[in-house]
Amino acid sequence: MTKAELIDKVALDYTSLTRRQVEILVNTIFDSIKETLSKGDKIEIRGFGSFRLRYRRMREGRNPKTGTIVTVPPKKVPFFKAGKELRALVDHF
Amino acid sequence: MRKSDLADLVVEKLGVSKKESTDILQMILDSIREELEKGETVKIAGFGNFVVREKKARKGRNPKTGEEIGITPRRVVTFRPSQVFKKSVNE
Repeated sequence: MTKAELIDKVALDYTSLTRRQVEILVNTIFDSIKETLSKGDKIEIRGFGSFRLRYRRMREGRNPKTGTIVTVPPKKVPFFKAGKELRALVDHF
Repeated sequence: MRKSDLADLVVEKLGVSKKESTDILQMILDSIREELEKGETVKIAGFGNFVVREKKARKGRNPKTGEEIGITPRRVVTFRPSQVFKKSVNE
């Protein structure tokens, strides 16, 4: 499912808003998650999961082309951990 | 920040009602959940992809006792943030 398909689906079920209004809402929700993490805060949604940052230390890497050693600066990476319910739902073998 | 705080943030930004914000957020979460349950990938442009991955059976160890145990094959959800998302948290 793509974002456009998600918007279509929600708009079809939520008839009090136009597709365009739903589109703006969906985009704003995902943007808000991004902004919250960028501020260093985390988001915890019961039954779904949590978004937070993981911190990667500075490390030494190599330029694969030239072989020269370069320092890779420390960085933050967005991380999602699925909640218990979601994990159980997906793990049906 | 909890679900309700996220809905509030959207209310502040757009001036929609709290009900609309909460409803749409809930519908997004439910739709993502349903897709993942079917094993389908969810691709949100500019945000990232939720992917179901199959993990093979492997041997593990109880870290406390050192006892060897079998880990059954399973399906797990992974989130791969988009380039835009990764960039935005480092600015």
